[in-house]
Amino acid sequence: MRGETRRDGPERPARPPRRPVVRVAVSMVVSLAAFGVAAPARAAEPVGIAYLERRIERPNPLNNEDPVPADQGLRGAELGLRDSNASGRFVGLSFALTSRVVEPGADIRAAFAGLVAGQGKPRFVVVNAPAADLLALADAPEAKDTVLLNVGATDTRLRDADCRARVLHVIPSRAMLTDALVQLLVFKRWSRILLVSGPEPADGLYAESLRRSARKFGARIVAETSFDARGADLRDSALREFALATRGPEHDVVAVADEAGEFGTNLVYNTEAPRPVVGTQGLTPAAWGRAVEAWAAAQLQDRFRKLAGRTMDPTDWAGWMAVHTVGEAAVKLKSADPAAIATLMLSPTFEVGGFKGRALSFRAWNGQLRQPLYLLWPGAVVGAAPVEGFLHRTTELDTLGLDRPESACKAFGG
Amino acid sequence: MRHPSHRRPWHRLPALAPAVAALAFAVALRVAPAGADEIFVTNERDNTVSVIDSATYAVTRTFPVGRRPRGVVFARDGKRLFVCASDSDTVQVIDADSGKTLADLPSGEDPEQFALSPDGRTLFIANENNATTTVVDVESRSVKAQIDVGIEPEGMAVSPDGKIAVTTSETTNMVHWIDVATLTAIDATPVDQRPRHAEFSKDGKTLWVSSEIGGTVAVIDVATRTVTRTIHFEIRGVASDRIQPVGISLTDDGRLAFVALGPSDRVAVVDARTFQVTNYILVGRRVWHTALTPEQDRLVTTNGVSGDVTIIDVPSLKAIRTVKVGRFPWGAAIRPVAGAAPAGEAAAGPK
Repeated sequence: MRGETRRDGPERPARPPRRPVVRVAVSMVVSLAAFGVAAPARAAEPVGIAYLERRIERPNPLNNEDPVPADQGLRGAELGLRDSNASGRFVGLSFALTSRVVEPGADIRAAFAGLVAGQGKPRFVVVNAPAADLLALADAPEAKDTVLLNVGATDTRLRDADCRARVLHVIPSRAMLTDALVQLLVFKRWSRILLVSGPEPADGLYAESLRRSARKFGARIVAETSFDARGADLRDSALREFALATRGPEHDVVAVADEAGEFGTNLVYNTEAPRPVVGTQGLTPAAWGRAVEAWAAAQLQDRFRKLAGRTMDPTDWAGWMAVHTVGEAAVKLKSADPAAIATLMLSPTFEVGGFKGRALSFRAWNGQLRQPLYLLWPGAVVGAAPVEGFLHRTTELDTLGLDRPESACKAFGG
Repeated sequence: MRHPSHRRPWHRLPALAPAVAALAFAVALRVAPAGADEIFVTNERDNTVSVIDSATYAVTRTFPVGRRPRGVVFARDGKRLFVCASDSDTVQVIDADSGKTLADLPSGEDPEQFALSPDGRTLFIANENNATTTVVDVESRSVKAQIDVGIEPEGMAVSPDGKIAVTTSETTNMVHWIDVATLTAIDATPVDQRPRHAEFSKDGKTLWVSSEIGGTVAVIDVATRTVTRTIHFEIRGVASDRIQPVGISLTDDGRLAFVALGPSDRVAVVDARTFQVTNYILVGRRVWHTALTPEQDRLVTTNGVSGDVTIIDVPSLKAIRTVKVGRFPWGAAIRPVAGAAPAGEAAAGPK
């Protein structure tokens, strides 16, 4: 179809795991694969996993930042495939990944059909696309026997009234992100928030999420203002315009809702009062980031850097996690049977590691992966959420995002 | 919860003037009491090894090693110390008395833990970053084999008869069994999430494997390579996902197992015959690994976050001392004072 990029055709699975390389003087290297010893003699058909992405047009960088990588998410999925194959071979399993990127305006359902043609059912499709695409796919008859793994849409409604059975959310919702941020603010007693929102719908959703989180944890939005970067050239006017926009009652932090990055980075150190900037820029809540190091994250970061030649961002992590989840379920079952894998993944007892120091699992009421989140500035990890002191009767991880009684999701039988 | 050192100021002996420490060292050397040992601790963040005299609990010396030292074990003679310098991609052979590096062994990339075979010359090294186990002959300093295992191999152990080596892979979540005669991986046993450490019982019949994220210890029957027992831990007032088993020490008499429980800041005491947890001992923050003295009367724990080691009295199961070392202490190995050959397996410290 027109405008569609085909990065890796269905007939060409991504490469198998790289052979280890020894960088030392070696007198005799006997590299002995474990195939055939631990594994059954005949290998089963590879478990097929697909990756489908909607390309997003992004604003030009304001401050000469590195652009958002074109292969964001996909490279994570590729690392997930490599890891899954490295583990799967010990139980005679292998995995194959096919991927497609859909251009803006192109038909994602048609791309989906082409991508999964010939695959056994149910299928596993990692989707890196906005909420509307995800819902279109979930509701399409051709995706009936498909587990969709959402790595791109943070919309809380997808975990609420607009949830769908067989849609698992690997990436955290906005509600989880802003809950994590507000937990840290409340912990530090920086609970008076001045909120500056951009004009985009996504900015509005982020701002609304912040308001909900503030109510949930006892922080206070003392004033709200909006800012539209399109009105001026920030390079000239930042010093004056931001001071005006952030003038308001006494506050501890300036929260910014600017998901596309139109102005938030420039707001830092440009506020009227000497206050930290938090939210989509400044101190940000995220599933992953360059500075994440603890809980053996350094190992995953290293593997990713070797594969992709760049740092791993939250979408890459979610891509890795999505494929790793399928791989882990299959290896646990020692089975390539997609139905059994899907059943295990969707079962409330399924747990999987994600380099976050805890066993991760999917919430039985809306399919959201429960997980710790990080509070980051570009230099370091400031803290991790759930923040100490925020308690929950089942798991503190469920203090982040929609808890069972808060979610209107019924698709999971809840 | 508080760390023992916050309560007891007399634990701060190592912080006294160096002259006092030097005096203590001299005294310890001259009249080493029976059963006095030297405890060698790798400081992952400082790139050093701290040496503690078990008679005085003073740090007698600290010497520099390669980058990010983790696994540590003594050669049979007790004179040479092997240290995994993970970020230097080497295993260093160090003269334990002088702290001088004698040689760098080819270790493969990112060595984390290792185990010395009972033959005293074959090292099995887990290469965390490239999913292999490297087998090195210590005498000829050559690589005998590299064996593909699961992702992020970490724990390493060799059976007391020297016939089987095992490594645990943290992301693949398996124990990989290596036949030492042929140096091939012959089987893999799935265990709970993130297996960190493996330890054979002294009779070689069982293998204990800790799973950090799974929060359990698997007891595996070596003959059938199946998990026969899974030990769970529960501490009042500590969230279950903060209970993360890492290091394991088993007493020579087969009576007790000690399991370091990471960020719960405790060591579990397990009856190694009934597999019941009988006690939890509060130690320093984020306890990684443990080592028993050759006399089996003391257990040493490395506490990564608080930067110290806790000395536990084994008969009373009480923490009796906290000794400040470098940043992020990771592994410990113990030998009798004055370089006498370490007695028994336990002297090799954690594998």
